[in-house]
Amino acid sequence: MKHPIRVATGVVCTVAAVAGIVTAANAQRRGGYNFASGKDIYEHVCQGCHMADAKGAQGAGAYPGLASNRKLQTPLYPVLIVLRGQKAMPSFSALSDEQVVEVVNYIRTNFGNSYPNAVTLDQVKGLRARAVQQQAQRPG
Amino acid sequence: MSVIADDATQSMSRRELMTLVGKVAGTAAMYQMMSSLALAANSTFDKRFSLSGAPKGASVLILGAGLAGMVAAYELQKAGYKVQILEYNNRTGGRNWSLYGGDTYTELGGITQHVQFDKGLYLNPGPWRLPYNHQGILHYCQMLGVKLESFNQANYAAYIHSQNAFGGKPQRYRTVKADFEGAVAELLSKSLQQSQLDQAVTKEDREILLQALRNWGALDQNYRYVKGRASSSRRGFDHWPGGGLDGEPTYSEPVALSDILKSGLWGEIAANDGIPEQPTLFQPVGGMGVIGRKFGELLKNVIRLNSKVVEIKQDETGVTATYVDTVKGGPPQTARGDWCVCTIPASILSQIPMNVSPAMQQAIYAIPYGASCKVGLQMKRRFWEEDEDIYGGITYTDQMNAIIAYPNTDYFSKGKGVLLGAYTFGPNASIFTSMTPQERINAAVQMGANIHPQYRTEFETGVAVAWHRVPWTLGCQGTWSEDARATHYKNICQIDGRIVLAGEHVSMIPAWQEGAVTSSIDAITRLHQRITKG
Repeated sequence: MKHPIRVATGVVCTVAAVAGIVTAANAQRRGGYNFASGKDIYEHVCQGCHMADAKGAQGAGAYPGLASNRKLQTPLYPVLIVLRGQKAMPSFSALSDEQVVEVVNYIRTNFGNSYPNAVTLDQVKGLRARAVQQQAQRPG
Repeated sequence: MSVIADDATQSMSRRELMTLVGKVAGTAAMYQMMSSLALAANSTFDKRFSLSGAPKGASVLILGAGLAGMVAAYELQKAGYKVQILEYNNRTGGRNWSLYGGDTYTELGGITQHVQFDKGLYLNPGPWRLPYNHQGILHYCQMLGVKLESFNQANYAAYIHSQNAFGGKPQRYRTVKADFEGAVAELLSKSLQQSQLDQAVTKEDREILLQALRNWGALDQNYRYVKGRASSSRRGFDHWPGGGLDGEPTYSEPVALSDILKSGLWGEIAANDGIPEQPTLFQPVGGMGVIGRKFGELLKNVIRLNSKVVEIKQDETGVTATYVDTVKGGPPQTARGDWCVCTIPASILSQIPMNVSPAMQQAIYAIPYGASCKVGLQMKRRFWEEDEDIYGGITYTDQMNAIIAYPNTDYFSKGKGVLLGAYTFGPNASIFTSMTPQERINAAVQMGANIHPQYRTEFETGVAVAWHRVPWTLGCQGTWSEDARATHYKNICQIDGRIVLAGEHVSMIPAWQEGAVTSSIDAITRLHQRITKG
């Protein structure tokens, strides 16, 4: 398993997380998200922008609401956005396939959404090749 | 020539030197000298930069009063253009920003923080350091009379900390560095002496390299990194040398290479070696936001605050921005210029209707914005100085807060101090952003107390800024992927009809103020050429 680290110089380094060299804690800090359920993932990752009530927010620009959002009808639409990002929204491809399944199904069945046809693990695995690497750049 | 340069530059500016060389040796020699000095520069920024000769009555509308916008306004006005700036916030500076006691800040989601810091103490939620080679931003600091002081990046007495290494006990940066380099030097020496590197190193170089390794790694006479004067002089002593009868030092025991490797702590040593981290770094006295404030005072007659741009439209003769007054409200108003320098972050600009070419529009859509969160914590006393001999600089941890940075100012003062208690990016920043401000502060305090137990009694009040919750940026900085840059970067830099973009997102130095400044200089230079030469 490889954890890409993007540093301020703009150079992408790849650190091989060989067991016993990089500690689990280090790997977690540099890598993904340590949450299992869709609810947990939403509350620790997504709500940063989409807000606790999933209604989004409005400033000089806006974050779209996910609550009662008809675009979520299409099951693979949110999967692709999570894996690839969209415009200013970064990709969240550091989420595992399982985590993507959990969080997408959570969003599609909460906040006033109740869409059938849950996303499956195979579907997410099938789209993984189209994921965009998450940039974890240390700002200046 | 070099003799003249070395002596003369002590007492005269580069411009004066040029003039002198020109008078004495003629114009050809002056140009030769100019280009040799330019080659020595560590930056694309040229201090001699100046525009002149704007067509009579020509005007430029500038969107955004951050550094890129204000550099553009200042330089274009000097060149003779009529300029005006629209700014969303009720202050100038943009991400150049400091939070002081008495300030309030409302993030997206509606939570307002009332900053409770004591007078003179502050948090820089955004940029906080000025590398020596960022000659553009340093130039404008000098121009504005912003007083600079040293910013410490590497502090050998600060810590590197891992929850799972050395029982969670923070290690001094100097001991990790000394032990890692010492052990590597010893290993290499052994290999050299056992002739294992004969193919890679000539016999002659081998002897020099052995000496160099002893010197670099603090090895003893037998090329071993062991407990003794050499190693303790790098990593520290058990009992430190001093005067008189108590002055006899006791050497400390180095940590074995295997333990250093498994600890992961080596990962932070190189973090201080990038050029932006190398000494000398600076910070403005009184907070980074001083730059934006002073620039704003200089340009106050041309800046309109509280103006939210909702549409940008160009036609054959100019550019019109439609905006709404965020305080007074009322119907949308318009501002117009013959040309437009737009410094609105791509995160916002991607949501504003603007008639530019598809290539530029796609470029604006191609920039994801990175996450980052900073937490400032006021402590009742400067225990890092009083108890631990840490004066400024940074401690690194593998906890989510990532960094504790100590104030690089007011050393030895008896009063309070504000620590940077968290500076996160990547996934951890998203997690911090999802918390309430109070939860972020609590998390930073809890994590910091694992390194400095004094937190438990000394912490007073904090403030937390998560950049994806900042209403006017929706993120910290443009995080171009290599693919997106290859496809879109040149397109976003083009003058599109009468509009040119500037800001850190239109630079190869993203997330740094230098990117904003140099992108602005580049944009207005090309714009001025277009206007004057067609």
